[in-house]
Amino acid sequence: MSDTATQGTGRRAWYEPDAKLKRRHAADRRLRAYGVAAIVFALAMLMTLVGTIAITAVPAVTQTVVTLNVEVPEGAVDASDPRGGSYQKILNESVARIFPEVDTPREIRELRQLFSNGGQYALRDKVVADTSLIGRTFEITFPLSDIGDQLHKGVIDRDLPREQRRVSDEQIGWYDRLVEQGRISAPLNWGLIFNADSRFPELAGLWGALVGSFYALLICFLVSFPVGIAAAVYLEEFAPKNRFTDLIEVNINNLAAVPSIVFGLLGLAVFLNFFGMPRSAPIVGGLVLSLMTLPTIIIATRAALKAVPPSIREAAIGVGASRMQTVGHHVLPLAMPGILTGTIIGLAQALGETAPLLLIGMNAFITAAPDSMFNPSTALPTQIYIWADSPERGFTSRTSAAIIVLLAFLVCMNAIAIYMRKRFERRW
Amino acid sequence: MLDTTEASGMVMNKTAEEAGALAKAVSTAKAGHETKIAASKVSVFYGDKQALFDVSIDIPERQVMAFIGPSGCGKSTFLRCINRMNDTIDICSVKGTIEIDGANIYDPKIDPVLLRARVGMVFQKPNPFPKSIYDNIAYGPRIHGVAKAGSAMDEIVERSLQRAALWNEVKDRLDQPGTGLSGGQQQRLCIARAIAVDPDIILMDEPCSALDPIATAKVEELIDELRAQYTIVIVTHSMQQAARVSQKAAFFHLGKLIEVDETDKMFTNPSDQRTQDYITGRFG
Repeated sequence: MSDTATQGTGRRAWYEPDAKLKRRHAADRRLRAYGVAAIVFALAMLMTLVGTIAITAVPAVTQTVVTLNVEVPEGAVDASDPRGGSYQKILNESVARIFPEVDTPREIRELRQLFSNGGQYALRDKVVADTSLIGRTFEITFPLSDIGDQLHKGVIDRDLPREQRRVSDEQIGWYDRLVEQGRISAPLNWGLIFNADSRFPELAGLWGALVGSFYALLICFLVSFPVGIAAAVYLEEFAPKNRFTDLIEVNINNLAAVPSIVFGLLGLAVFLNFFGMPRSAPIVGGLVLSLMTLPTIIIATRAALKAVPPSIREAAIGVGASRMQTVGHHVLPLAMPGILTGTIIGLAQALGETAPLLLIGMNAFITAAPDSMFNPSTALPTQIYIWADSPERGFTSRTSAAIIVLLAFLVCMNAIAIYMRKRFERRW
Repeated sequence: MLDTTEASGMVMNKTAEEAGALAKAVSTAKAGHETKIAASKVSVFYGDKQALFDVSIDIPERQVMAFIGPSGCGKSTFLRCINRMNDTIDICSVKGTIEIDGANIYDPKIDPVLLRARVGMVFQKPNPFPKSIYDNIAYGPRIHGVAKAGSAMDEIVERSLQRAALWNEVKDRLDQPGTGLSGGQQQRLCIARAIAVDPDIILMDEPCSALDPIATAKVEELIDELRAQYTIVIVTHSMQQAARVSQKAAFFHLGKLIEVDETDKMFTNPSDQRTQDYITGRFG
């Protein structure tokens, strides 16, 4: 046909492109350009998102602290019961020694606002740990309050008129004196990780949320991994193919698409109201999350089992392995990389899930890390939710920092999934 | 291309019965090799579709029986009935009886796991486990409790590999994956794996179709040696292979057994026109 066409025109050799071919190539190039543009767009959005969060989070990397000379008088603290001391009073006296001219009640109140409420606990813990400090003068370092911290980080604009500023002129003056005396510094903010939650941003940390998320994910894994694999193996390897198993399959796929808040409602109704399990506890959170993760794991496991070549099953059955042996010795080990990948991705999803945890009360305000999975606690995403809702300026950067921590965990989990897939991948 | 019409299908029902009768006559006539596998009126259904029609055949012990016939004729289906491999397919159902040493293998009290230990199978594509060569061989004996790990197992592995004519090639690398061997070696490894559980019968489903001529020659040579100890049933698409390795041959067509005879006779003087046509390459 092309032969006759060439002969018909009589001019073009077979290798010279015609307009149609050029259009085809142009279409190819256009399609490729669309693809590249889409990826660039997606990357730009991602960079903007992560970049914004990271920039907002920068102030939370350090925490402004003040170092004071504290004298603990013999009478103020009882050595046999150091916890009972009136440490706030001791601190107040130390502050008063630095600023002797401050005497009106209003000024005293404003002065004390510069220092964190956590100072007394820092002092108490220090004295409790070493009762020989009683009766001596020593240095103690503790956080400035939110406004002090914001002043130090320049978040509060000193040039604004007084009415629009959260700190008074006197407070700025006192702060500057502390700086002059070299009492202010800003070390790395480990409290953000190792403190539990607090009303005061300078004291608030993620430890409770981290422990809560860990317990919840542990429960989620312990429940959904074995159950998911068992269900998938049964459905894939043993179940007869009939209407009923088709129905189950459709429903599993539907479950994977159910909005997570619905699982939260289910958890609220079943685990809390019916079984009377403790509110806000990681165990309930884990159970709810495992309901959500189960379909993901089942679907991933079934896909992984399907990917094992039937010739391996035939080989095992051919030498007389029972069906259970075939699955246990050959099919499941070969499917394991895929199963683990799916599981980790499911768990990563669960780690970032907020809505169901809100419904079972894991957004409670809890100032201590849970001792067990039965104690009330928050989780990382709900902690972010709580902080994002808090009015104090210090929580703005801490919310972003918490998001970074959450993202870091997610990236780690996905990295592990990729590593496992590469590491255990077998060829046949 | 198969151009058989429905009209000829009716004729075939009749000839299948004749062929069955013929098979009995032949096997009793040629004494010296007792019947190992006796199939009678075996029909196989995949759902509503019937794949095999009333196949009756006697397979003698310590000989090689070749199943030949065009694609989709049911020879593999029948082969997989002999170790109940078809059990693994949900929609597949088998009617009729297959007796091995006088016991019907479709009797409910027969455990397919024990059956498959006595009836080994080698598949079309070499399918070693993605484990070491040693573990490939040792797996069968281990799950059947024939031998535990240690010298007894080492002995089984060595003996099986030697019988499969693979020992000299792999004895220095038993711990390496079986999947790393060449195609022909893999297939001999699969044969060794089948031998390791000490079966009486070895079923081979086109064992050489994925191999080059040299590997094929080695496997055929091996089949010829194994015949002394095992009853071998081989499905093959290659007429030459059937002629080279088998003593008896069965021709299947459209799910029916057309003819069973001594291989020499079938290839020189077949009694059925369709066999003649197939062997001479007129169809299939």
